[in-house]
Amino acid sequence: MGSHGIKDQIAIIGMGCTRFVEHWDKGLDDLIISAADAAYASAGIDKADVDAYWFGTAQGGMSGITMARPLQLQNKPVTRVENYCATGSEALRQAAYAVASGAYDIAMALGAEKTKDSGFQGLNATPPPNDGTGRTLTAAAMFSMVSPAYGQKYDVSSDEMRQATAHVAQKNHANGARNPLAQFQREVTLDTICGSPTIAGDLGVFDCAGVADGAAAVIICRAEDAHKYCDDPLYIKALSFVAGNGSGLTDPDYDYTTFPEIAACAIDAYDQAEITNPSAEIAMAEVHDCFTITEIVLMEDLQFSERGHAWREMLDGRFDRQGDMPVNVDGGLKSFGHPVGASGLRMLYEAWLQLRGKAGDERQIETVNSERNLALTHNLGGYPGEMVSFIAIVGTELD
Amino acid sequence: MRGITAWATYLPFRRLDRGDIAAVAGKGGGRGTRTVASFDEDPTTMAVEAGRRATRSLGIHPDLLLFGSVNPAYADKTNATAIHAALRLDESCGAFDLGLSPRSALAGVLLAAQGAGSALVVSGDIRTGLAGSVAESAGGDAGAAIVIGDDSPEAPVLAEIIGTSSRTAEFVDRWRTPGEPHSKVWDEAFAQTRYMPLGSEAFHAALVDAGVEADQVAAVAISAPTPRISAAVAKNIGLSNVVDDFSQTVGQCGAAQPGLMLAHLLESASPRDIVVLVSLSDGADVIVMRTTEAIAADRHAPTVTDQAAGGAPVSYGKFLSWRGTLQVDPPRRPEPQRVSATAAARSTDWKFGFVASVDPETGSVHLPPLRVSADGERTDAMGQRPMADVSATIATFTIDRVAFSPSPPIVFAVVDFDGGGRLPLEVCDCDESEVEIGQRVEMTFRLLHTVDGIPNYFWKARLQRG
Repeated sequence: MGSHGIKDQIAIIGMGCTRFVEHWDKGLDDLIISAADAAYASAGIDKADVDAYWFGTAQGGMSGITMARPLQLQNKPVTRVENYCATGSEALRQAAYAVASGAYDIAMALGAEKTKDSGFQGLNATPPPNDGTGRTLTAAAMFSMVSPAYGQKYDVSSDEMRQATAHVAQKNHANGARNPLAQFQREVTLDTICGSPTIAGDLGVFDCAGVADGAAAVIICRAEDAHKYCDDPLYIKALSFVAGNGSGLTDPDYDYTTFPEIAACAIDAYDQAEITNPSAEIAMAEVHDCFTITEIVLMEDLQFSERGHAWREMLDGRFDRQGDMPVNVDGGLKSFGHPVGASGLRMLYEAWLQLRGKAGDERQIETVNSERNLALTHNLGGYPGEMVSFIAIVGTELD
Repeated sequence: MRGITAWATYLPFRRLDRGDIAAVAGKGGGRGTRTVASFDEDPTTMAVEAGRRATRSLGIHPDLLLFGSVNPAYADKTNATAIHAALRLDESCGAFDLGLSPRSALAGVLLAAQGAGSALVVSGDIRTGLAGSVAESAGGDAGAAIVIGDDSPEAPVLAEIIGTSSRTAEFVDRWRTPGEPHSKVWDEAFAQTRYMPLGSEAFHAALVDAGVEADQVAAVAISAPTPRISAAVAKNIGLSNVVDDFSQTVGQCGAAQPGLMLAHLLESASPRDIVVLVSLSDGADVIVMRTTEAIAADRHAPTVTDQAAGGAPVSYGKFLSWRGTLQVDPPRRPEPQRVSATAAARSTDWKFGFVASVDPETGSVHLPPLRVSADGERTDAMGQRPMADVSATIATFTIDRVAFSPSPPIVFAVVDFDGGGRLPLEVCDCDESEVEIGQRVEMTFRLLHTVDGIPNYFWKARLQRG
């Protein structure tokens, strides 16, 4: 028994990503076609060259037909997957294992979500028929309990916490302002962030991720075949996933200052990738900043910061675009937007650009070098106490 | 000896100042306050709260549950079954609804007095009318519970029922077509002319039935449609010892009113008192009781008087929105779904009874109950742990301004139960500025929402006050 991973067995040879925004004039089908065509073109292959598809959408549609029909795939296996906000990442994970198994030569994972057709605020799940005793809170309310708990545990004043979480929003908006694919391409001042109306607890509007429509796609093959299609592929080093058992909601020992599912997922991911010093070996991270406080806690659960230190390192600029560990260089969920099923592959898209030096002069980070050529992408889905966690680690070199 | 072995009442937390009404409605209102059920209460939940208080200290399980309400949640389906489930009564305990008039619950008391075994008679009502109406200002919201049984060491009779009498008359003084939200009333002066002789005849017949003289009566409680009718009947009979009807603080509570008056009568009584309840509704019903020595030892807290003096204000605007008279723009979020009848039926112990599981190996308590232990090691090895009467402490909390609620924002807390177990729960009957980490809470049975006519009942946390 063991979690062995598939380090260096799979290569990423092409990617595509739509802009994430309120696409009032585009439907899910249009988004799927845009992302898929961009990925085919990126890999330099035809639709017929892809042997199998994994389609991630949280609520965009049922079954693989939701993807096969708009793309008019001809007798291809298409699997629809859903795993909360890690849905797109889960599509990649399944596709990667299928190719690694030898079952297929080339596979596509595509994530797409049309969130803005509902007319509702925020993200909304439609639960299956139930006994009516479940919580009906927003994700914002559940996450709003983290910042006060963190501040109390590490003796950080509420004002300092406000400054640290506001820095997350300011940083990610500054990053999004330089990204033509981001939902919000505008810098935001600390005053605006701190003065925004509250949604839940102390979380203001600018502490919450943008909700957008969008799609992203990736094409993978076996590592040894990568150079048939691509001069500078990325290689998958780790794909880790943990589905929580919900114990945090009912365990009196859970204190809302950490996400244990993510800490466990990180240990497994670093094990798969044979990483012993994440901060030294990883050049950038794309993490699930659904709320500003989430990103701070993630820095600790992902082992980039010591416990109780991430808030200070955030304020010190360590995770800024020009910092020592750039996080959410593309703007993150905060300003790139969060079409649930697409977000995991959007993160991978940024790694695809940055690690290969293709992000453009204005956005290219400077931490990538021959010694430090790994990127980490991370999704969570659910709430503090009851969540799923996904981590991918990709790199430019085979070990 | 047969009589009343327990009672309890439930007054909701909020009070409407009648003086606030006219400024908005242009008419109506008056002096004093009335009780106001929260947006998440209905006759069933208030009957449950009263029933919990009445049965909590009882050493026996009722054989029969009767429920009376003017405006129950369901037609065609028995409402008492939800109360039965929430009180975790025995399967063999029959549960029946008594009908839709203010007279219904008192009928239950009279029937139980004639019957055998132990009967729990509960009632609950939310009374209102069109904005500015007398029904709105004079109405009140309450639940009441009366237990009738034979004297036993486990449940001694506190007030022996020694005489009863009823008079029935067909006349229209107040009416409502089923399904309509508000009742209508005829001229009160007409009703008074009917109730005066009915009350007097029933009163004297009941004294004869009990074999007592009028001058032996220590106190009388009158449950009447209006204070004016109550006063007229009292004067007609010549009563000078009528207890407070709480019309200035609580209001007239429909089917719960006789129970409320009976409770207050007994809470004011001393051992060996002869006390009389007069209920005026579509006739007159009178119950003569003699309190026993046991009544002195019994704890009745919180009394009607205690509760009437408590509570906190609610604005007239919020009152109107809670009653549906004023529709407030809801958050742009999905409305709740209809409860699955099958799923709810499978989880009756949890949903209605608030019964958790406890792991005998580790002692850990799971809300909701688990079949598999939290460490994943053992299946179907759990015990049951009723949690409805277990107090808890707020570990952390938040205010949700976006989630759908009939009365936003939602106050939501993670609560840790005494003796183990944690659950995130909505906190009710509080202002958002009141909530703090470390506060003590108790559980209360509430109506989360109603979709497609199916009320979704579950439990919430309520701050322990006083």
